[in-house]
Amino acid sequence: MNSVEALNGALHEAMAADPSVIVLGEDVADGQGGGVVKVTQGLSTRFGDERVRSTPIAEQAIIGAAIGAAIAGKRPVAEIMLMNFTTVAMDMIVNHAAKLRFMSGGQTNVPLTIRTMTGVGFATGGQHADMLEAWFAHTAGLKVVAPSNPADAAGLLASCIFDDDPCIFIENLPTYWVQGAAPPANHRLPLGKANVAREGTDVTVVSYSRPVNDVLAVANKLAKDGISVEVVDLRTISPWDRETVLASTRKTGRLVIVHEAVRNFGVGAEIAATVQEELFGQLKAPVRRVAAHNAPVPFSKPLEAAFAPGQADIEAAIRNSLG
Amino acid sequence: MSGADYVDIYRKASLIRQTDRRFMDVIASGRIATPYYSPAGQELIPSAISVLLDQKDYIVTIYRGMHDQIAKGVPLKLLWAEIAGKVTGTCKGKGGAMHITHPASGVMVTTGIVGSGLPIANGLALASQIDRDGRVTVAYFGDGANNIGAFHEALNMASLWKLPVIFVCQNNRYGEHSAFSLTTAVERVSDRGAAYSMPAETVDGNDAEAMWRAAKVAIDRARSGGGPTLIEAMTFRFYGHVLGDDSHYMEEGELARAMEADPVARLRAILIERGYASAGQVEAIEAAIKAELDEAVEFALSSEYPSLDEINTDIYGMETAA
Ligand SMILES: Cc1ncc(C[n+]2csc(CCOP(=O)(O)OP(=O)(O)O)c2C)c(N)n1
Repeated sequence: MNSVEALNGALHEAMAADPSVIVLGEDVADGQGGGVVKVTQGLSTRFGDERVRSTPIAEQAIIGAAIGAAIAGKRPVAEIMLMNFTTVAMDMIVNHAAKLRFMSGGQTNVPLTIRTMTGVGFATGGQHADMLEAWFAHTAGLKVVAPSNPADAAGLLASCIFDDDPCIFIENLPTYWVQGAAPPANHRLPLGKANVAREGTDVTVVSYSRPVNDVLAVANKLAKDGISVEVVDLRTISPWDRETVLASTRKTGRLVIVHEAVRNFGVGAEIAATVQEELFGQLKAPVRRVAAHNAPVPFSKPLEAAFAPGQADIEAAIRNSLG
Repeated sequence: MSGADYVDIYRKASLIRQTDRRFMDVIASGRIATPYYSPAGQELIPSAISVLLDQKDYIVTIYRGMHDQIAKGVPLKLLWAEIAGKVTGTCKGKGGAMHITHPASGVMVTTGIVGSGLPIANGLALASQIDRDGRVTVAYFGDGANNIGAFHEALNMASLWKLPVIFVCQNNRYGEHSAFSLTTAVERVSDRGAAYSMPAETVDGNDAEAMWRAAKVAIDRARSGGGPTLIEAMTFRFYGHVLGDDSHYMEEGELARAMEADPVARLRAILIERGYASAGQVEAIEAAIKAELDEAVEFALSSEYPSLDEINTDIYGMETAA
């Protein structure tokens, strides 16, 4: 099963399970194709166009409507077609969705899921492929989730929908059609819990979203050279699972962090700083980061390929860490 | 509009006016520290609208929204305590004057971001539309907000989806220090309704009956599934943008003329002239308000501040590490 099918299944299950789940976004209803890559296909036909609404191209209006509906008791799943377009709705997300619970002293809360897609590899250039998760992770009150495979996508999406707080759910477009294990029915994965995707003893690699798959491929390759890599898939970027990351790093004494987003001020910096604070003296090597260049996503094919980290970069960082 | 409606509107307007005066006194005395955006002069707008609303109806308002909150029914004590930053306030002191929430009175969001309440009001109305619960949502905002993208996105979506929402622009002629004509390409905010096929009108927001009539048409339309309305209520703010503003940017004599035509004093005179209430009855209303206010101020000032661990609560439903 691929992620499009897994996400679609999770949405069908959530809407069937709870009438307060509603879906809104550009072109999400079946009359408009069931979403640009068909993640929302079939929902409006099955659940009606009252609960599944194609919207104007108006990101503030989409997120605003989702916030209002959420504080009135709905569980909206709002789609922002591409992550770069969340910038248009930043006021709604950062000033309202994230803060209404706190500012109201807990009287209102925003059980909103914002599904959005992004990812380098479709020659879309600078404005359609950014990984902006650090922006949201830097805002208290938001949860930020980024699955790496179809089954996790389904389980984490369901948990976001039924969570009582706003979740930014990041789908990686270039991996939509990659096959993976099918999720069990009504699959739920806890938010804030990482997955040890592969056990190992020599070095810990922490990642999330698409690069997890590259990390696993590299780990398999290095195993043949006798290098044992433990792979931690964060699944939830904020709040992140410090315990699992610290336990794994304590065990191996080495940490490499891999993400598709640019390195500067990224999620890797937060993890590296935390590990340094907690495990100073127990580390056998400096923490290393593998991330994208600090540049806008380039268009030209060779530049685009070199922009985001690949398996060679991950392998080099791991070998470097081992000295 | 009946004589009783007049009295009800006056009771709210008078409560707002007295509360406003007291806030300015208490802030000036240093007992409460907060930026304060006085709504004095604009009292009749939410007062006239609120006598037509049910408790379960929703409002969304702005930093200059104390009048909207009181008119909708936020308990005075809790409002005062919140503005004093006390744990007994509506939001445990974690919201403050610019972020009052009190769902029990239907006050769902108060925002300090110009124009941002309108898209959220749509969502409240969307939930009511799906649930067919007959609620209406009123979104209050200033004239400055009519040039922000969120205003336009919200009006378009509300009209498209026929949402039970009423957009009430309290046009007090200034956005901070900039006159309306300096910032807005149309003559009237209500002209914007045409672009969204939305019924829209400009009314004298300082005339209780005109305001009440416009609100009634809009509320009936929203409740019966007829969709949204844009109301531009013309008014004036008596104390500039924020407490301490010297109003240097205003036209000569503009403020003095507006204060002379004080809408609250005028409504009071109408009550007595037309016999809706005797002078003695009006004075009794005012005295009761004063007593209520004394109690609220005492409650707010004598309440405790929130404990410091409140910094780390209400961020998520499930508490996470700091
Ligand atoms: C998006 C945004 N930009 C700027 C400000 C700063 N600001 C606060 S109030 C204000 C004027 C708004 O005027 P108006 O909407 O007419 O409301 P009024 O204060 O007159 O009631 C401005 C510019 C803000 N709060 N939000």
